[in-house]
Amino acid sequence: MNAAEFPMLSIMLAIPVVAAAICLFVRAELARIIALSATLLNLVLGVMLWLYYDPAGAQWQFTESASLFGPIGWRLGIDGISLTLIMLSVFLMPICIGASWTSIQKRVGEYMAAFLLMETLMIGVFAAQDLLLFYIFFEAGLIPMYLIIGIWGGQDRIYASYKFFLYTLLGSLVMLIAMLWMIQFAGTADIPTLLNTDFPAEAQKWLWFAFFASFAVKMPMWPVHTWLPDAHVQAPTAGSVILAGVLLKMGGYGFLRFSLPMFPEASADFIPLVFGLSMVAVVYTSLVALVQQDMKKLIAYSSVAHMAIVTVGLFTFNQQGIEGAIIVMLSHGLVSGALFLCVGVIYDRLHTREISRYGGLSVNMPKYALLFMLFTMASVGLPGTSGFVGEFLSLAGAYKVSTWATFIATTGIILGAGYMLYLYRRIAFGPQVNADAAAMSDVNGREMWLLAPIAVVVLWMGVYPETFLAPIRRDVATIVARIERAAPVGDSKLKLVDPTTARYRVVHGPEKNVAEGSH
Amino acid sequence: MELNASLSLVRPEVILSFSALGLLLVAAWREQAGRLISILAVTALGAAAAFVINFMMNGTNLSAFDGLLVNDAFGNFSKILIFIAAAISLMIAPRFLENAGAMRAEYPVLILLSCVGMGVMVSATDLISLYIGLELQSLSAYVLASFVRSDGRSAEAGLKYFVLGALASGMLLFGASLVYGFAGSTSFAAIGAAMDTEVGLGLIFGIVFILSGLAFKISAAPFHMWTPDVYEGAPTPVTAFFASAPKVAAMALTIRIVLEAFGSQILVWQQIIIAVALMSIIIGAVGAIGQQNLKRLMAYSSINNVGFILIGLATGTEQGISAMLVYLVIYVAMTLGSFACLMQLKDKDGGYREEFADISGLSKTRPALAAALAIFMFSLAGIPPLFGFWGKLVVFNAAVAAGLLPLAVIGITASVIGAFYYLKVVKVMYFDDAADVIVESDDKVLVWTGGLLAAANSPLGYFAIPALGIWTAYAARALF
Repeated sequence: MNAAEFPMLSIMLAIPVVAAAICLFVRAELARIIALSATLLNLVLGVMLWLYYDPAGAQWQFTESASLFGPIGWRLGIDGISLTLIMLSVFLMPICIGASWTSIQKRVGEYMAAFLLMETLMIGVFAAQDLLLFYIFFEAGLIPMYLIIGIWGGQDRIYASYKFFLYTLLGSLVMLIAMLWMIQFAGTADIPTLLNTDFPAEAQKWLWFAFFASFAVKMPMWPVHTWLPDAHVQAPTAGSVILAGVLLKMGGYGFLRFSLPMFPEASADFIPLVFGLSMVAVVYTSLVALVQQDMKKLIAYSSVAHMAIVTVGLFTFNQQGIEGAIIVMLSHGLVSGALFLCVGVIYDRLHTREISRYGGLSVNMPKYALLFMLFTMASVGLPGTSGFVGEFLSLAGAYKVSTWATFIATTGIILGAGYMLYLYRRIAFGPQVNADAAAMSDVNGREMWLLAPIAVVVLWMGVYPETFLAPIRRDVATIVARIERAAPVGDSKLKLVDPTTARYRVVHGPEKNVAEGSH
Repeated sequence: MELNASLSLVRPEVILSFSALGLLLVAAWREQAGRLISILAVTALGAAAAFVINFMMNGTNLSAFDGLLVNDAFGNFSKILIFIAAAISLMIAPRFLENAGAMRAEYPVLILLSCVGMGVMVSATDLISLYIGLELQSLSAYVLASFVRSDGRSAEAGLKYFVLGALASGMLLFGASLVYGFAGSTSFAAIGAAMDTEVGLGLIFGIVFILSGLAFKISAAPFHMWTPDVYEGAPTPVTAFFASAPKVAAMALTIRIVLEAFGSQILVWQQIIIAVALMSIIIGAVGAIGQQNLKRLMAYSSINNVGFILIGLATGTEQGISAMLVYLVIYVAMTLGSFACLMQLKDKDGGYREEFADISGLSKTRPALAAALAIFMFSLAGIPPLFGFWGKLVVFNAAVAAGLLPLAVIGITASVIGAFYYLKVVKVMYFDDAADVIVESDDKVLVWTGGLLAAANSPLGYFAIPALGIWTAYAARALF
């Protein structure tokens, strides 16, 4: 296959749209099967994308360009960072469809169509190489998600759907103005060109803030995170998985793709702001998570805390920090997605998310308890799971910049262990106080098929992270080289030149390649 | 210039005038031939549009009647849009008016006369011809608003429209007389030349009054107060017409007078336009929130949209005007489509429904109609990937290019308020329990119009961007 000419990304974008259109017109059983087939097909294409991606090749691969829409260029292309996030999206999608197999019984065709459109938009965000195209994909996701929360959500779904929509919209619109300004200034909307455009330092501040408004809401950062617990709690299980798994990563991706390389000076200037908000988020949302009575809300708050570690990692301006942040994003996408699925499993049986209604599930649901434990540990960041790799790297990177920020961010891991283990204890251990909870059956085959693949990848990422670091290493090095001129002076006063960063900035030579994740 | 040469430049208007008069004669003998006359009127609009397209293709740019009118690309572009909007308004009307017992032959005739007026408006280059065109359009509109004589609301709408419209005309005339007095001429070119040298207080007063009168016609805040009442009271097809063609005409007229007559003194009028634009955006958005009637909601939506369109005028640049024309095209498609959907809201007794409560849970009983209406609402809110986003984007792009960053930021932030009530329509249709009052529409024309316009507002519309860009840029260039 000639990767240069085969429009792989366009096909990956088109498949879900076509399937969505069909789903609208067929009966429920067929809609489920079509949705599953389409997402699995996209997963296969995603794996091919991964296999054919050459980590040492051109920075942008699988590029496509067509000028169908006048000023909006249909320009697609991926680097390693996009690749990993696209993989995450296509991996989670079939699982989402499977998770909704029996729990969604009303308006199945429309539900599947909304999810399939969501998939297109997610891939589009990560693959767009045109600023306006990116914005369209980024913003269009609001419509299907609004419908998913509003139609198939829980009790307070309407409030949650409005809050989600308007909050995110307000953040993004200011970014649009900034994008228009950038396009005027640079004369192009081509992202690779803009990545190497030096914007005036004074303008950078405003542009950075405009982008920050959007990505901070999407991320979400404290104090604009309040839409997230509502949206998560009210969304159906699969909706929460997609929200936590992929939509939140768009914020981190935005910081990485736009804020850092396009406005390095402004990013450096605002490190105290980002670190400050992240430190508050880590401690505050962890403490809030500790007192939650609702399982989904607890996981939602833990997402905010984990995302704060991502922001700390991203703004370290060094290789480890940024690589770590990306791994945290991937890991959190898998782990929080899996945790929401775990909640979904018992919610489908008892129809309550209240923690106190469960207890002692390890007795009657041993397989479930085992899987749940694995994901709990991964969320805590136990070595051997994906959570550890990402958190360790980002905090190691952060240490070079600010020891205090690292110190406080690290408490998040302790608090994280606190709330996650406490959650696990209340659900899986202890006496079986509720008869109906004690009578629940263990995970069935379908649920096993949803959780087991995630468990495998979580362990894979924890044991051999090189698979996931290899495609992103060079692209992170490119970003680090671009922003190096503005890099902050750290307070940790490291004596030695950091061998890892120094090595990857030079041209790939014959020297021995030590996996960075294996510290 | 020879009279014949002048007449040949206004062929579209001549055709429409004679068609209207001829059809009036037919109507005198065949009182119940409303449907036939509608078809003939649409044909006349098509013939007129063919001439306009011909002018446009030939790049005609000549003035007629000693500088009273001009036949240029800008006017011709506006005319095409006006004629299309009027033709659609004619096509969707018959069954609705028949149900209301008001499908009389005068309806298409009045629309044609209104189109003549609008044709004069968009090509006027003199305060006199401007006023004649405006009044011809307005007088037809007053009658149309109260077309269903038996309905008290319709009669009230017509009267309100007339009284307030007369007030606006008065203000416009007062402004025009001041401008004439201080500039010494009624011709746009001469006023522009006079303003190059000196702008006195009297002239500024004149400009303010003229702009106020025009703001009334485009229903921009703070002269918007007639809009919700008239939109609610007038028969729905007439409301669809009001919201589309006359808006285009009045907007084009505003653009031309501002740029050709006052263009040299941007500081004089720019702040007025900015204030009017922002007020319209905010009042249109906030005012819509509490509405229960969907037609009133659309009225506020049109006020809101006019605000966004005026942002393009505030730039005073060629790019800004071109952006306004793009927005107008998309706006006409969104508005007519929304009304085509609203007109399908019929209960099983054949009565028309127009309240929020009636569309509750519409997506369960009439999924296609609900989907089309949802597309129009998201498009009006400017959410990508729907086509309405493109209109907002080009307008804000022009504002950013002209350095009006604060205006752009405030305007775009205020659009979030607007999104709230558009979302409410979707929420009521999709999230609420089914009220099950709306039955399948038996009007195929409406279903097709709504469906095709919904397709145009879906991401498929993006394929029209290159052509739209070329034509609007060509039209805008005629003014500079």
